[in-house]
Amino acid sequence: MAVRRINIKDTRNLERRKVDKKFVLKNLFSYLKPYIPMLALVFAANILGTVSNLVGPWLCGLAIDEIAEADFGAIGFYAALLVALYAVSALLEYLSAVGMAYISRGTVKKMRNDVFRSLSALPVSYFDNRQAGDIISVLSYDIDTVGESLANDVIIVLKSSVMIVGSLVMMLIIAPVLVLVFVVTVPLSVIMTRFIVRRVQPLFRKRSRKLGELNGYVEEITTGQKTTRAYNCEEKIISDFEVKNEEAINAYSRAEYFGTISGPCVGLVNNLSLTLVSVFGALLYMFSVGGMTPGQISSFILYSRKFSGPINEIANIMGEFQSAIAAAERVFRVLEEPPEPADAEGAEELTDVRGDVHIEHLNFGYTEGKTVIKDFSLDVKKGQVIAIVGHTGAGKTTIINLLMRFYDPCGGSIEIDGKDVANLTRSSVRRAFTMVLQDTWLFAGTVFENIAYGNTGVSKEDVIRVCKAAKIHSFITKLPQGYDTVLTDNAVNISKGQKQLLTIARAMLLDSPMLILDEATSNVDTRTEQIIQEAMKNLMKGRTCFVIAHRLSTIRHADNILVMRDGNVVEQGTHDRLMAANGYYSELYYSQFETT
Amino acid sequence: MTKTLGYLKPYGGTVVLGLALKFVGAVAELFLPLLLEWIIDDVAANPLLSDSDKLKWTLVLGGLMLVCAVLALVGNIIANRLTVKSSGRMTHDLRYDLFRKTCYLDSKQVDGFGVPSLISRLTSDSYYVNQMVARTLRLGVRAPILITGGLILAFTQDVILACVLLACVPLVGITIFLITKRSIPIYFEVQRKQDVMVRRTQENVTGVRVIKALSKSEYEVEKFEDVTRDLAATEFKANKLMSLSNPLATLILNLGLVVLIVVGAVCGNTPGTVLAFLQFFVIILNAMIALSKIFVVISRGSASASRIESVLEADTEEKVGNFPDGDASKKIEFRGVSFSYNGVENNLRNLNFSLYSGQTLGIIGATGSGKSTVINLLMRFYDVGEGQIFVDGKDVRNYPIAELRRKFGVAFQNDFLMAASVKENVDYGRNLSEEQINKAVDCAQAREFVDGLDGGLEFDLAQKANNLSGGQKQRLLIARALAASPEILILDDSSSALDYATDAALRKALAREYASSTKVIVAQRISSVRHADLILVLDDGDVIGAGKHEDLIDSCAEYALIYSTQMGAEREGA
Repeated sequence: MAVRRINIKDTRNLERRKVDKKFVLKNLFSYLKPYIPMLALVFAANILGTVSNLVGPWLCGLAIDEIAEADFGAIGFYAALLVALYAVSALLEYLSAVGMAYISRGTVKKMRNDVFRSLSALPVSYFDNRQAGDIISVLSYDIDTVGESLANDVIIVLKSSVMIVGSLVMMLIIAPVLVLVFVVTVPLSVIMTRFIVRRVQPLFRKRSRKLGELNGYVEEITTGQKTTRAYNCEEKIISDFEVKNEEAINAYSRAEYFGTISGPCVGLVNNLSLTLVSVFGALLYMFSVGGMTPGQISSFILYSRKFSGPINEIANIMGEFQSAIAAAERVFRVLEEPPEPADAEGAEELTDVRGDVHIEHLNFGYTEGKTVIKDFSLDVKKGQVIAIVGHTGAGKTTIINLLMRFYDPCGGSIEIDGKDVANLTRSSVRRAFTMVLQDTWLFAGTVFENIAYGNTGVSKEDVIRVCKAAKIHSFITKLPQGYDTVLTDNAVNISKGQKQLLTIARAMLLDSPMLILDEATSNVDTRTEQIIQEAMKNLMKGRTCFVIAHRLSTIRHADNILVMRDGNVVEQGTHDRLMAANGYYSELYYSQFETT
Repeated sequence: MTKTLGYLKPYGGTVVLGLALKFVGAVAELFLPLLLEWIIDDVAANPLLSDSDKLKWTLVLGGLMLVCAVLALVGNIIANRLTVKSSGRMTHDLRYDLFRKTCYLDSKQVDGFGVPSLISRLTSDSYYVNQMVARTLRLGVRAPILITGGLILAFTQDVILACVLLACVPLVGITIFLITKRSIPIYFEVQRKQDVMVRRTQENVTGVRVIKALSKSEYEVEKFEDVTRDLAATEFKANKLMSLSNPLATLILNLGLVVLIVVGAVCGNTPGTVLAFLQFFVIILNAMIALSKIFVVISRGSASASRIESVLEADTEEKVGNFPDGDASKKIEFRGVSFSYNGVENNLRNLNFSLYSGQTLGIIGATGSGKSTVINLLMRFYDVGEGQIFVDGKDVRNYPIAELRRKFGVAFQNDFLMAASVKENVDYGRNLSEEQINKAVDCAQAREFVDGLDGGLEFDLAQKANNLSGGQKQRLLIARALAASPEILILDDSSSALDYATDAALRKALAREYASSTKVIVAQRISSVRHADLILVLDDGDVIGAGKHEDLIDSCAEYALIYSTQMGAEREGA
């Protein structure tokens, strides 16, 4: 009876789409396979519990008949039997619910872990092409839906089916003629439910979509509230909101108008059955057809309640099953995504790296037919500094993506120390580099954990040493718990520049022979920038460096400058040579001093 | 809660009518078991009646049952409709007022609530209030009616048997209540642990390059498995507890049923009476279960309602002051201005400067030095602590807010773009002419990329303008600031993602096309402000340098340092 969590922000896949049921069930089965014995037990407990629950009304009927006879001994006997029966039934019902919760827990946990593991093996391109929110929705909302459906719906369907069959049998035993009543009411109820569900489903989809639109708008506008106020356009924004608000409420009302019909309709059918059973039961009794007793009528009525209730319950659950299957499909699709290609056969580990890089006739494009890097060659000696400059979006990060093997080239080769990286293991190539990126990445954990990041062998002294070199030690010691301060989204006030210094410290600890620096300091103030530059200088000593430069002043001493424009390397050479060439680089360079 | 429920008042008639119909429907349902009893006891088993009378009465009473069933159907359907209508309209009104209020909150109030919190108040909280009202009106009324009505009818039938029933109700109630109450904190814990899982995933998605670079995928998987293990255990705990409530409630009522039969037998009740009581039992059990569900909805809804109310109660009344006027020949003047965000430490101290119309002010300094604060005060997002700020010789606090802000065109740091067309984003609800928009787009150096977009000015931006690069976004923001040819143009660090060539072209176009606008430019780059008529160098809320570029190079050490860092020392002579 847990209240279902509703993801009101989830607006994906609200459109009707064909779900590959076979694919889903096959995968789902493989998750449930280890639980088959457990499932059998749960099912057995459930069936037993339901059956004993079913015997109840029959015994009640017998006891009620004894009331007329005033046979207290017999009544006592039936009463004791009933108590025992109901107790056992309740216990079995509880056990099967817990059993199913256990199975669902295990399945959900494994699914989450599998999805996460599969995500961690996917190539970087997967994440470049998707919103983080969508990935998270699969992991939390979709898997939850599957889990809840397993924990609740399976049990209900099972129990309902047993109830339906059982009570039908019992009713047939008591009074076959009366069962005819259900020939009228059951189809009526099924038709009605189907009709309502079919009417209602698109309305509910529309309702979710409209609510999603409204929420998206609210999020956007609230974030930019100051801008709205600055431009005095509150009223315009409010009237736009009002349109969306009205639409959302109308969609809500329409969906609910139809949605809330089903309850009373189900009630009507139940009451109708009750009426018919009473009238015909009474008639049968009056005219002594089939030897009906009041007790039998009462048992029959109790069974009829147990009979029609579950039919509707199953009808209701079918809708939930559908959304669970759609959710499961999204989960399994993630698991199906091809992981990063395996290392080439017999791939070597790259060890004792010197740091010579040789790139020859490199070609690359993110999408087929759209070449971003054309026939690019480069020779880097150990310890050299290579700067990459150009506009935002000119393709500077593409070079980094290829060096790190986040993407594989379409043609040409990259060699490290004379070895083609295609024949080396990915992990050893990546270990040969250290990256300090523009988007500083820190996770929820202590300062120490963030710097040591998963290296168990790192001592406190090592961390302090690199923090001193990265000029961040004195800041850390001023934090409330020093190196043990937990970094969370909002707990500690750390500026962008300080975050950058922390990642530099992390990079220093790694001590790789080659460095990739995304030297982005556009939002860092000058004094912090100076400190960062000094820290970077310490870091760069003796290493081969690839620097994505945003400020031209910092790269004049680079050994080679790659000038990128629209994805292509248009010029390369030292600062002096490029200036002398009087090309695109010098144009870029002079523009920063341009006077108006 | 009272204020929120007050939103139901305009729909009071609908609500009352709905409840009345609910009542009719519930009573009709309660009569069914009663009629059933009459058929069995007083008609079928009545030896005093002739067969034809029996038949007649059975059919009459059966017909009455049918009427009751239809009454229940019609009553409930219409009542539900009315309920949906009133709860829907009420939510609409509440959301509208909340949104209007949010739009008019001043910056200090926004800071107090926090933007994410305001968003969740408008989205999830208003949703939960709606759920609470709708469910309570629909089920919360029906259930108590069914329970009390059932009990009353039971008492008219047989006091002793009714007592058995009466004894069961609180027992079931307490059981469900206790279980639900204990489960609520566990569900909160589940929620919290889910947030941890989501955060971990988010971290991994954003940090995918770092993780892969360091080959830490396996380590991350292990860390994640710890989280899911913990989460699954808590979820299991919650499920185990909740699994108790159904079997227990059913058991109690079933045992009550047995007691009923025994007592009925001892007291010599008729089978029909016992049978009717069995029906009462079923009705009451279902009502109790419905109540327990509402219990959860109400506890969550009332928490949401109070969060919404705290925003609605915020005071957004505009106050126009009556402060002494300044020098009307100056466009902007700051006179001894100090300000503090938190009221403890001043974020800006004793700021003095003035600008004539058409002049340019440049502000430079470290993050947190108070650059954006100057703008916040100038546009009166916050009120000064000390001193006065004049625009056209009039204290900014003497202007009606709208009149003051109409003078400005502004691009904030990290400003936002809507999921709407390029044109709508530049226009931003001001109904500007095509010409104005085109001129602004040209001048902001956005023409080239806008024309390259599918549909040009009509191109639709994604949420948060995710389909544009940082530099493209900044150029649209600048275009928005320019579009109305404002008297005062403010660019708060809004060209940081532009390359130098574009930045220079922008500055040229500004000087040419918007010469009459007074400009305030906040920047990190010297090149963006070096041509200003006045440059302020801020450091931790103090002005440590003020003047033209050439003066500052000599007089302000900090400025000279920034200059040499950015331009390279040898550049001096060039």
